[in-house]
Parts: sequence; structure tokens; C-alpha cells
Amino acid sequence: MATEPATEFEFGDPAVLAAHDPRDSVAGLGPWRLALRRLRRNRVALAFGGLFVLIVAVCLAAPLWADHVAHTDPFQNHLTETIVVDGQPQDVVAPDGVPIGPTWQGRFFLGADGNGRDIAVRLLYGGRTSLLIGAGAALVTILMSIVVGTLAGYFRGWVDTVISRVLDIIWAFPPLLLGIALGTALSLGGLKVGPIEIQGDSRLIPILIIALVYVPYMARPLRGQVLALREKEFVEAARAQGAGPAQIMFSEILPNLASTIVVFFPLMVANAIILEAALSFLGAGVRPPNPSWGTILGEGIERIVTAPHQTIVPGLMLVLTVLSLNVFGDGVRDAFDPRAKVRLGR
Amino acid sequence: MARFVVRRLLAMIAVLFAISVVTFAIFNVIPNSDPAQRLAGRNQTPGQLEAIRRQWGFDQPVYVQYFRTMEKILTGDVVSYSNQIDVDREILQDIPRTFSLAIGAAIMWMSFAVAIGLYTAVKAGRLADRVLTVLALVGISMPVFWVGALMNYYLGFKWKIFPNGGYVPLTQDPLDWAYHLILPWTALSLLFIGVYSRVLRSNVLDTINDDYVRTARAKGLSERRVMLRHVLRNSLIPIVTLWGLDFAAVIGGGAILTETVFDLQGVGQYAAESVSQLDIPPVLTIVMFAAFFVVALNTIVDILYAALDPRIRLT
Repeated sequence: MATEPATEFEFGDPAVLAAHDPRDSVAGLGPWRLALRRLRRNRVALAFGGLFVLIVAVCLAAPLWADHVAHTDPFQNHLTETIVVDGQPQDVVAPDGVPIGPTWQGRFFLGADGNGRDIAVRLLYGGRTSLLIGAGAALVTILMSIVVGTLAGYFRGWVDTVISRVLDIIWAFPPLLLGIALGTALSLGGLKVGPIEIQGDSRLIPILIIALVYVPYMARPLRGQVLALREKEFVEAARAQGAGPAQIMFSEILPNLASTIVVFFPLMVANAIILEAALSFLGAGVRPPNPSWGTILGEGIERIVTAPHQTIVPGLMLVLTVLSLNVFGDGVRDAFDPRAKVRLGR
Repeated sequence: MARFVVRRLLAMIAVLFAISVVTFAIFNVIPNSDPAQRLAGRNQTPGQLEAIRRQWGFDQPVYVQYFRTMEKILTGDVVSYSNQIDVDREILQDIPRTFSLAIGAAIMWMSFAVAIGLYTAVKAGRLADRVLTVLALVGISMPVFWVGALMNYYLGFKWKIFPNGGYVPLTQDPLDWAYHLILPWTALSLLFIGVYSRVLRSNVLDTINDDYVRTARAKGLSERRVMLRHVLRNSLIPIVTLWGLDFAAVIGGGAILTETVFDLQGVGQYAAESVSQLDIPPVLTIVMFAAFFVVALNTIVDILYAALDPRIRLT
């Protein structure tokens, strides 16, 4: 995702003054309140934010749907069963291997897959996995980037050199290729670091891989910001009062990175969800039979000729989720940086 | 300037070396991936295994294995573990396909992005702008392999408007070549059209109020000439940089998904297949080539930038 170059506010620039909304300059409101106020006025962003919350809620309710409506779980095969649709019995999976399409009723609402599993149920459980991996990876990326970017920017010198070169190396790998390589390697053998042992089919593996791949994209801008912040007067003042590096980094610099982090988060989750889907599609992410939108899509694309619904439905779900995050994330960015001109209406 | 160039080139070699070590390490720390097992096949005897280990050098320390493998990659006689085919020959066979895909897609996304970006900037705030901006976001939000699979199924297989996958060499029949590649180009371009048109739109809106644009208008140039010659030209600079980098990224990896979905048999697909078989030599070779491409284009862009814009400090 391309990020906008930081633009500096220039006094006297007529374009800036003209674009400046007089309602924004109410005295006595902090930048956070102003941003929140601008976000509240952006109806499109709010609507898509609501859509995302709705998707999350629906996925969290997966067990309810599975137990009380569909009466199955995401792993159960119904290969040999028949189901009554519009008063007529139909095979869940026909003798020639073609699964049933959407029935629009409780059982097999969105049809079955090649193993006779309920797609709607798998989709909901898969959504939990995909959303968890997306949010988890974004969170880990941000945490790692904060640590790495702050250390590099604050200490400069050899710390910065080492960190920046390591980031360069990760950055020079094509992200997808690095993801596949790590995914294949770790899902076979799991990960052992000292006493911590992660199984190969754990969801932590894709989270860590995606997080690692995206670290340079976030750590670099943060490092740049810290480099600028450490020269500011308030850092100087803290140092003069006897604050040590740790205290300065935590209580002086970190709060000033908060708005950047907030702006990055939704966009990072969106990218992580897409990368999870791509890795799972290539067999290097979530391991089947565990459902995730990527694995369901992968299984669907393999049999797209006989059962296109198995590709269309999970894909639409994925696109809606990522789209809602992107639009909402755009709104958040606009709210914090009103000069950014890429926006969805007013 | 010369010192700057030399320094950048040295840094580039260092990064490439590090990448080769990391890739080699990733595949050597995997348990259950003993390549001798795979070379020996199903009906193996312990004696055979030992012989293969000795013959391929798997009994050597890891660093010796690393240098042996790198030596083979650089001299061009790497052989795949899984089917013992010469990796370079395979890659050479695949490269025209990957380049056809990447170059065509790059031209496609650039032209569409410039047209859409300029149009939405001129119509900023109007209905057309809003609709296209939403569409751009939709394009950014769709996974390449999903769009590709749907296109391939509906346009290629079901309605038979386009060929259902496959590749025809350019030298054999240029028209058929393009006809076979239209769907993969479109699928790969959608994401970039979304990103680029948005960046261009905001760049144009930034430049449109600059002094020199006002001067151009004041001296009586036509609106068309002002937009194309003065605004667009200056708004394109950051986009062209991005273009170079993304082109390298597509060659080095983004093409994997498109090639797999459309079964183009390019380098990306070869990489994906080799990774899933834990076949180290081709993976290592492809990653080296891809990383070389990314790093080299990065370096060239840096050097060009420094040469073109004297305001950029040489560090």
C-alpha cells in the first residue's frame, strides 16, 4: 500500500488556507478530539467501519449458527446424506462429486463443498481465523516496528546501522516469496525457540510470518519520525531534567507516535488478511482442514468448474472485509491528516 | 558522485549475500527435509542414502554446503533435488512468460491509472470522481488470485470469450500472445490501477495550485495543454519511481499468484511449486534472481534520482 508523502503545513499558502475548514480550528480541542470530530463527520468511513464491526460480530457468532441453525461443525462430512430442498430430497454431494449449491435455508445455507461440509459454517469459522490472523499480525507488526524503529531512531549510530540493514534484507525479499518459504518451512517443523514450542499447524505461525514480512514497511517511517522527534525541545527538556533513554522513549517519544500507529492499524489489518489468504491459497498459510477464508478459497478455486459458489462466496466475504477496513482506514487517515487529498466524498 | 555509486553497489552486494544466507538457512533448519531421502526415491536402502549423501555433499558441514550451492548457482549448473533437471534451463524457459506478463501488466496499469487519476482529479468532488474512487478502493481490496480465477472461469471457460489459460510465444504469433495474456494482465493490473490512480489524483490536486500552473494559465495556454504539459508531467515523477519498484516486485514475486491461477508456467509458478516440494536449489536461485532485480532497480532509482535532482544529498 502506497503511503502519502508527509506534507508540511506552509503558512500563507492560499490553497491550504482555503482548504482549511474553519470548524476545525476551534480553540481548546486537542488533536485527538479534532480527529475524532472529523472522523464522525465522514459518514462513508463510519458506515464501512460499521460494516466491519458487523462482519466481526457475525463471525464471532459462528458457534451459534453452527449449533442452532446448521446443526453441524466446520469439519463434519455429510457426503452420503440427502437434504430436503423445496420439498424435494437432494444429495448433499451428487454421485458425480458435484456438491449442492446454496439452499438458502438453515442447513447448507450457502451450499456444501467437495467433502460435503457446510460452506456457511466453514465461512464463519474461517472468518474467525482470518480476522484473528489479520488483527494479530497487524498487532505484532506494530509492536515489533515500535521497538525496532524507536531504538534505531533514538540511539542512531551502530544500533541504527544494524537494524536498518536487517530491515533492508527483509525488504529486498519479495514479500510473497519470503512468506511462502517461511510458511512451508515452519508449518512442517513448527518453531522452537528455547522453552517456547509452537506446533506447525498453530495459527501463531502465519501470524508471526505475516508480521515479520510487513515490519520494514512500518518500522522505516516510525524510525524517521523518531529521528525528528529526538531533536525536539521537549525531549531536550526531559533530558535536562535527568530522564534516562528508557523514560524518554516511553513517555516523551511513544505518545507522539500514537497517531501514526492508529492510522496504520486498519490498513495493516487489511493487508495482513489479504496476505493470509494468498499464503493459504498457495498452501503455506493456515493448514487444511482448518478453515480460513484463504483455505476455503483455495479449495474452491480447485473445483471452480463444478462448484463456482465455493469460490464466489468466500471471496466476496474477504473483499467486503478488506474493503470496509480500507475505506475506514482512509477515513482515519484523513481525520488525522486533513491535507491528504485522497478521500471518499465529504 | 562516483563514490556514491560505488558505495551503493557495495551495499547492494552485501544485501544480496545476506539474502542468500537467510534463504539457505530457512531451508536448512527445517526438520524432515533431508534432500537425500527425496533423491533416493521410495525403494531406498541405507547404503543408497549414504552414497547419495556423499555424492551430493550433504555429509559436509552446513557452511561448506552453502558455498558449494552458491558456487553452482553463480556458475550456472544448479540441479533440482526433486527431478534433477537443470534449474537455469528451466528458469530461462520460464522467463519470457513472466516478463510478458509483467511488462504488459505494467503498461496496462500505468495507462489506466494515468487516465483515471487525471480524470478524477479534474472532476474532484463530483459524482464521477466519487464512483471511480470507490472502484479504486474495491480494486485494491480484491485478492489477485480470486479475480483471476473468476475471470478465467467465466470469461475463459464458461463464455469462451478469451482463451482458458495457456501461453503462446510472442515470436510465434503476436496477436495470439496478447489474446492469451489479456486476462492475466487485467487481473494483475487491477490492484495497481487502484493504488496508482489514487496517488496520481492526490499529486495532481497538489500541483494544480502551484505558481507555475497559474503562470501557464495566465499566459493563455489552453486548459488541455496546462493539464498535460504542466500538471501531469510534474505529478508523474513520484509515480514513475513507484512504477520501477513495483515492476521489480511483480517480477520477483507478485506474479506467483497470477501465474498459478492462469497456469502460465512462469518463474513465479516454478518458485511456488519448488517451495512446496522443499526443493532448495531452484528456490534459492529464483530468490537470488528476484532479490537481485529488486535491489538492482532500487539502486538504479536511487542513483538516477541523485543524478537528476541536485537537491538530494548524496549519503
